[in-house]
Amino acid sequence: MALSHLSSTRSNRLLRPLAAAASSLCRPISTSTEPLVIETSIPFTPHKCEPPSRSVETNPQELLTFFRDMATMRRMEIAADSLYKAKLIRGFCHLYDGQEAVCVGMEASINKKDCIITAYRDHCTFLGRGGTLLEIFSELMGRQGGCSKGKGGSMHFYKKESGFYGGHGIVGAQVPLGCGLAFAQKYNKDENVTFALYGDGAANQGQLFEALNISALWDLPIILVCENNHYGMGTAEWRAAKSPSYYKRGDYVPGLKVDGMDVLAVKQACKFAKEHVLKNGPIILEMDTYRYHGHSMSDPGSTYRTRDEISGVRQERDPIERVRKLVLGHDLATEKELKDIEKEIRKEVDEAIAKAKVSPMPEPSELFTNVYVKGFGTEVFHS
Amino acid sequence: MWGIVGQRVFRHGSSAMSLQGTRPAILASRSFSSAAKEMTVRDALNSAIDEEMSADPKVFLMGEEVGEYQGAYKITKGLLEKYGPDRVLDTPITEAGFTGIGVGAAYHGLKPIIEFMTFNFSMQAIDHIINSAAKSNYMSAGQISVPIVFRGPNGAAAGVGAQHSQCYASWFASCPGLKVLAPYSSEDARGLMKAAIRDPDPVVFLENELLYGESFPVSAEVLDSSFSLPIGKAKIEREGKDVTITAFSKMVGYALKAAEILSKEGISAEVINLRSIRPLDRATINNSVRKTNRLVTVEEGFPQHGIGAEICASVVEDSFEYLDAAIERIAGADVPMPYAANLERLAVPQVEDIVRAAKRTCYRSSSLAATA
Repeated sequence: MALSHLSSTRSNRLLRPLAAAASSLCRPISTSTEPLVIETSIPFTPHKCEPPSRSVETNPQELLTFFRDMATMRRMEIAADSLYKAKLIRGFCHLYDGQEAVCVGMEASINKKDCIITAYRDHCTFLGRGGTLLEIFSELMGRQGGCSKGKGGSMHFYKKESGFYGGHGIVGAQVPLGCGLAFAQKYNKDENVTFALYGDGAANQGQLFEALNISALWDLPIILVCENNHYGMGTAEWRAAKSPSYYKRGDYVPGLKVDGMDVLAVKQACKFAKEHVLKNGPIILEMDTYRYHGHSMSDPGSTYRTRDEISGVRQERDPIERVRKLVLGHDLATEKELKDIEKEIRKEVDEAIAKAKVSPMPEPSELFTNVYVKGFGTEVFHS
Repeated sequence: MWGIVGQRVFRHGSSAMSLQGTRPAILASRSFSSAAKEMTVRDALNSAIDEEMSADPKVFLMGEEVGEYQGAYKITKGLLEKYGPDRVLDTPITEAGFTGIGVGAAYHGLKPIIEFMTFNFSMQAIDHIINSAAKSNYMSAGQISVPIVFRGPNGAAAGVGAQHSQCYASWFASCPGLKVLAPYSSEDARGLMKAAIRDPDPVVFLENELLYGESFPVSAEVLDSSFSLPIGKAKIEREGKDVTITAFSKMVGYALKAAEILSKEGISAEVINLRSIRPLDRATINNSVRKTNRLVTVEEGFPQHGIGAEICASVVEDSFEYLDAAIERIAGADVPMPYAANLERLAVPQVEDIVRAAKRTCYRSSSLAATA
């Protein structure tokens, strides 16, 4: 496994190479783009289609990017937990830690003209689409620097220019909306697709099947992605679904079951799905994933699952640990280098939080803006 | 019969600011054409949708039976043939699904017109209208706008029973982020439909099945493809000085008939056609009440928390000292719509109810009994 020694010219991803590496093997972190082929943890399980190969093409730079992106998301969500407990974040806060491989793997296979729409567990998806830590923490704390100027909150992040359409609080609603995005892409004759993400809880929603039927009839370039973390709030999948094989629930629509904790499997599946839907209409991807936190910050997450189960997944299947092992195993970086990346991330996150904490709340006049695009503002009632 | 309306049509049409009017109104050469051409509301809607689809390739139509069936009420007749199946889409009977798809398409920048066969079925999709469409521009602080029109017949028809007769004006009009329009005449239908399609915000467009076949005179200006009416402006259909009667949709016709009857008894009623339920033209209503000092609100829907209730509140807040009598509120009966013809007649406002209420505000009747 001869690996290249050259360092990338992309400065924003590089560590301070000299000081850190001085004491270890004097080889800087590998960020080469030499292809590397890695097998997914388990094969894909298909429904009415030929599954893609288990061998995924990647490269050292991509693997390190995966590590950095997922570690950033992990750190961000843990920090949000603390902010919520400190009452700096109010209302709802649904954390994604454990599920990072899904949005990171997806981003690796698509571009910003492809669209993503998801439900309320959207902080990491937004970050993956190009959002910044400062925008995220500002929005969570209701400040005017937030991505929705403080008017949306945790569940309502959007980034239209990078194809991220939110951020939706009503379970299941995002699926027909996503099919509508795909409709528009087809109408405009873009060669782009939409990924509509939903959970195992939302998978039973009627409107999902209504939209899927129409999408299949009209051959819309839509990929339904069930992020199956096995619990719809506090209800385990076997208590909510007669058939928890969500990748088969499309019946006449093909599906694929994917290990959602394996970022390379996710990347491969999304690449396959994009090619598929541009030719053949909808497909369903079921990502077998897991959330370490409860449903939201008001749910301890341990009344309906055992602590052993949670720690078991963390030990056996954690997506970041898997990539760490791959990176170390292929000698792409040292343990210390990875730890340094994590330290750097922690610092970035802390800095963003500190900045967001002192940033201003929206002006009172913002109460009445953006109700309409055009005219009239809002109705004014005598107080 | 509609002579008075005809005069009003021309005068208002010439002074209304066309939202995107590019042709100046050439009044002189048109002055004798005001009542010449008649058009049904159905044709007015069809021509408005047709013209807007022709002008903007992003506009498309979606709903049950809108294409091959030519429209359940023939409003979309001929459009499939003209624009093809990519722009006129027949959907399965799945309102939640296709409404969500329409809103998603609007998020991406297309301009959908979603038809509900009647607004009773909009309840299946109301989450998308309110939570996905109305609130998005606000929640995203302006990033995600939703230039969509939800249209279809609203309110009572004839003999269709309880589940097919409800008026949804007050439900939708209470929600910030939506615009809610209710045309009466063909001019209203053309002008408001065009304004709705061009508007970048979600618009709920409440038609009336029983008005589709009615004919109204339309001026050349109304027939022009650049014609549109401003959203948020009511129209004074008939000027008067003794009592103000507000109405929308079919009830405007009833109010005008009532005004005719009242005029023979020496009461001059001013009839306001609301046209826009949200935003409500509080200025026109209050100015009228300040002139007449009396108000009768008329609507077909259920009375509690209805449009009349909002108008009463607005007038009490803004023009209390001007009122010489308590405000009268005429609405449908507070019951699910019955089927039997006699009961149905008792459940919706009739012209006599409006006349009686107007007289009560003028202290011409000692009876304060309820309408029916």
